[in-house]
Amino acid sequence: MTGGSTTGDDGSTAPAAGPAEKRQPWPLWEVFVRSSRGLSHVHAGSLHAPDADMALRNARDLYTRRNEGVSLWVVPSSAIITSDPSAKEQFFESPQGKDYRHATYYTKSEGVKHL
Amino acid sequence: MAAPAATQHGSPDVDAAGQQLFDELIAQDSRIEPRDWMPEAYRKSLTRQISQHAHSEIIGMQPEANWITRAPSLKRKAILMAKVQDEAGHGLYLYSAAETLGTARDKMTEDLIAGKARYSSIFNYPVLTWADIGAIGWLVDGAAICNQVPLCRASYGPYGRAMVRICKEESFHQRQGFEILLELANGTQAQRDMAQDAINRWYAPSLMMFGPPDDDSPNSKQSMAWNIKRFSNDELRSRFVGMIAEQVRALGLTLPDPDVRFNEDTGRWEHGPLDWEEFKEVLAGRGPCNAQRMERRREAHEDGAWVREAAAAYADKQARRAATATEAA
Repeated sequence: MTGGSTTGDDGSTAPAAGPAEKRQPWPLWEVFVRSSRGLSHVHAGSLHAPDADMALRNARDLYTRRNEGVSLWVVPSSAIITSDPSAKEQFFESPQGKDYRHATYYTKSEGVKHL
Repeated sequence: MAAPAATQHGSPDVDAAGQQLFDELIAQDSRIEPRDWMPEAYRKSLTRQISQHAHSEIIGMQPEANWITRAPSLKRKAILMAKVQDEAGHGLYLYSAAETLGTARDKMTEDLIAGKARYSSIFNYPVLTWADIGAIGWLVDGAAICNQVPLCRASYGPYGRAMVRICKEESFHQRQGFEILLELANGTQAQRDMAQDAINRWYAPSLMMFGPPDDDSPNSKQSMAWNIKRFSNDELRSRFVGMIAEQVRALGLTLPDPDVRFNEDTGRWEHGPLDWEEFKEVLAGRGPCNAQRMERRREAHEDGAWVREAAAAYADKQARRAATATEAA
């Protein structure tokens, strides 16, 4: 370290940036946290790490500093297959007239207990 | 928070349909997600805002980390380390959010180190005494919370989610700062003077954290139209003044501004004039500690290069071994 007054605030001039580092960016990982037993793992965020071990350790430090979880998953982001956001209608909207898939469709039994 | 955004700008048809859906989502006060079509200006503006925010968290570690070894007790050291670690975490949440807009984290780090990117001007002020650590927690983190709570509802999903996580953690930061000042305020005369002096120096810079006055804030209007920003700079600043005007009484200390008052007519808190020339100077890189903050950041990055190389080499070796083992099997 250079500089180094007591407060570290000596106002010295910064040197020019050094040569750019030549390395491949670390892969991106998605982090899922199970907050307590009995619950699913839920997406918490993402991070960069060189391998799965480091991804898991970094995820612990980054996403569970306050007992947020009892279990962690890390998944390479590249392994996640997503649906196409622009194909929303074809992909998700079930055809009209299928409300019989919901309990609220069945009204004749109203008033009958435990049903 | 998700894979980097897909390229979506293409044919005029795609853009027109995309713009229409984008406008509808904004009008409904819904959220935009990484793979949605979005106007280039929206993407650019958010990338700038979120990356600057991330840089601020990372640079913000320095003034406080400088005091870890000199914190007055083991308890205070442990608290300060936890706080500095949180700031690192906040920086990483925000870099992740910014990355979903299509800019790589390494690029953002490069821009910061090359001096091309900005960070909050507040971190270019020196931290002279232990009481400053209290004033930073109370005033600087307090102002940050005021700014950040409305950002939890920002229209860009990953930014809002990062802010929710950050806000949950910030409240500890503000309380620990206030407690430091409260203990000093109840201490010896010298300690009370030190606490008052810290408040005197941090008051105006923390008010300027909300950004320039509304009539001199060119980006605010568009940012509010996009539901990124929810309240104007002056409105947030006025709220903050109201909060601290009340809180400072619990300390038995004062704000260094005789013009602080509640205006019954406007329903707003008012404060004395701020030195916006100083703000511009600090922002332009001519503040008391700009050069030193940048130098430290650069050193930390360069000193850490071998660690990153070693970790990458180890990951390569493990991957090769695993591949050989699979072939052999």
